[in-house]
Amino acid sequence: MTTSAAAGIVPPGLLAPAGGWSRRHPLLRQAVLLGGVLLLIAFAWEAAKWLAGDPWRIAIGGFTYTHTPPLAWRIASDISLPHLWTIVATLFDPVPGGPPLWLFLTGAAFYTLRTAFVGFAAGALLGLGLGIVFVHSRFLERALVPWVVGSQTVPIIAIAPIVVVALGASWISVAVVATYLTFFPVAIAAIRGLRAYDRRAGELMRSYAASTPQVLWKLRLPASVPYLFSALRVAAAASVVGTIVGELPSGIPEGLGRAVLNFTQYYVTAPERLWATVASCAMTGLVFVGLVRFAEAFLTRGRYRPAAV
Amino acid sequence: MNKSARIAGMLVGAAIVAAACSSGSASPSAAALIPVKLQLQWVPQAQFAGYYAALDQGYYTAAGLNVTVLSGGPDVNNLQVVASGGADLGVSWVPKTLQSREGGTDLVTVAQVFQRSGTRMVSFKDKSIVAPKDMAGKKIGSWLGGNEPELFAALTKAGLDPTKENVIKQNFDMVAFVQGDLDAAQAMIYNEYAQVLETKNPKTGALFTPADLNVMDFNDPSIGTAMLQDAIFARDTWLKQGSNADTATKFLTASFKGWIYCRDNPQKCADIVTKAGSQLGTSHQLWMMNEINALIWPSPNGIGQFDTTAWNQTVDIATKYGILKAAPSDGAYRTDLAQAALAALGSSVDTKGASFQKLTVTLNEGGK
Repeated sequence: MTTSAAAGIVPPGLLAPAGGWSRRHPLLRQAVLLGGVLLLIAFAWEAAKWLAGDPWRIAIGGFTYTHTPPLAWRIASDISLPHLWTIVATLFDPVPGGPPLWLFLTGAAFYTLRTAFVGFAAGALLGLGLGIVFVHSRFLERALVPWVVGSQTVPIIAIAPIVVVALGASWISVAVVATYLTFFPVAIAAIRGLRAYDRRAGELMRSYAASTPQVLWKLRLPASVPYLFSALRVAAAASVVGTIVGELPSGIPEGLGRAVLNFTQYYVTAPERLWATVASCAMTGLVFVGLVRFAEAFLTRGRYRPAAV
Repeated sequence: MNKSARIAGMLVGAAIVAAACSSGSASPSAAALIPVKLQLQWVPQAQFAGYYAALDQGYYTAAGLNVTVLSGGPDVNNLQVVASGGADLGVSWVPKTLQSREGGTDLVTVAQVFQRSGTRMVSFKDKSIVAPKDMAGKKIGSWLGGNEPELFAALTKAGLDPTKENVIKQNFDMVAFVQGDLDAAQAMIYNEYAQVLETKNPKTGALFTPADLNVMDFNDPSIGTAMLQDAIFARDTWLKQGSNADTATKFLTASFKGWIYCRDNPQKCADIVTKAGSQLGTSHQLWMMNEINALIWPSPNGIGQFDTTAWNQTVDIATKYGILKAAPSDGAYRTDLAQAALAALGSSVDTKGASFQKLTVTLNEGGK
């Protein structure tokens, strides 16, 4: 029976229950899933406010709706958790002397993304380089990997001002901060991935007197690709965080960092603006991770893949 | 008209167009301008309107200067930037400049722009805190980190011990105050105080009003613990190099002009600051401009001039509350540059603003 055979190979959760439209349109299915979760979160959000938030006063035209929640939880107050529609509405409010907030945030996100990309690229190269060095030298691996791990225990908010003082307040310093956050996952994944090649293939290559660079290029690197891409997705998200943190001590006005700073300082007067900014920071990270996924799908199409990762 | 005259006319026309197109930094005269970098202590906002106005109105260029204004921020150490040569002049509160000097820099205050302190203690009416003594046993908010001496001095004067009172570290916002975590909170009259008035009272759905609040003013003679705030400083070594002292004087003259412009055109200045990249709401920006004007004007000795009594009070309080270990060394401030700048403004300009009147600014929700 073919169906039971398929069920035996593929883990049960991976198959859509009924192989209808959702199976033929995986992108659409993904969108419906994400939208559903978003609706659930929105429902829980507003339900908490209805139960225990500040009094509701909605006036649209002649229609007014007031509601006094029976409970009072601080976490559901208008300052902690603004109504979702105020967050959406604030996106269409113009920034003083500028475009609507959503356009302003999109511009800031692109600026931040550009810096993040430079930091990400530098971090990925550095991480891969370190990984290559470490898999070829046990001595260097033992001597240096603890330092690499240690580097990540230092809070980035402490590193960023030091980098800015040393290199000057410019986007280059910011990219360096992003590099600092991104090289680590790549280096660790590279160490594992470069060792995850098929041993039999390695022995075969050695029996043909293949050089170390040949083994690296033809065997180790291809084997490491799935590991590297998992790390690159983590690194992409981290580079956006690193860039936003790095923008603060650099006094860079164009990016998301300044928006976070401004709207934090004025949080009490308009909490929805910080929430909108938080959402756009998250979107920026997601877009970057999505780009990495896209690159992965493109680069690994029809390539050699190890049996199990 | 013969042919050559026509060609000459065309050439002149082309030259005019070219000159018009290449205005600003690309014009040949820009090469002759002296480059000056000014480091602010915070992001662009009306607190620094005078400098942005001087840029916008071309006062710096007219004085032969090409001024770059560097934005500050919570993690930007404005004093360190100037001390390390990253900028020529900076804006800072006086006690912080003195503290940096005690730490080994050679920073000198050259002009005292703000004549009054903008710091207040704000509380809701139902807490009945109208004088420093009423803060006994209350949850008192302060930004600390060098922002507390005015408060501590006021508590001490009222017979309280600041180290025994419940002083809570406050973020640079009013969230904790509005949520009731603080009974009294530190607030700049031009910023955080306005934020409260731009916030809806969740109980009523209407904005908070001044009638909901008690405000204590450290400038008030009954409290009398105000310290000097925004002042312009520079490195001593920079000032003594070449013609830099002269450059500084030109900078001060043009900056003073900018502040005078903002006194007379508050709305225009608020717009200039917004154009310079401030993201504050329209009503908040104008409120800030108006209150900043009130910290500068009237300037009894003329704009930017020093008042020895205020200076000594600042030093005394800073020394008593551990901001400074000892009174500052000689040369912590010099009056000659600001005096020369004032003289350069001439007698036709009102440099004292004795008849200055504040506007009435209405704040909107979220500062819009």
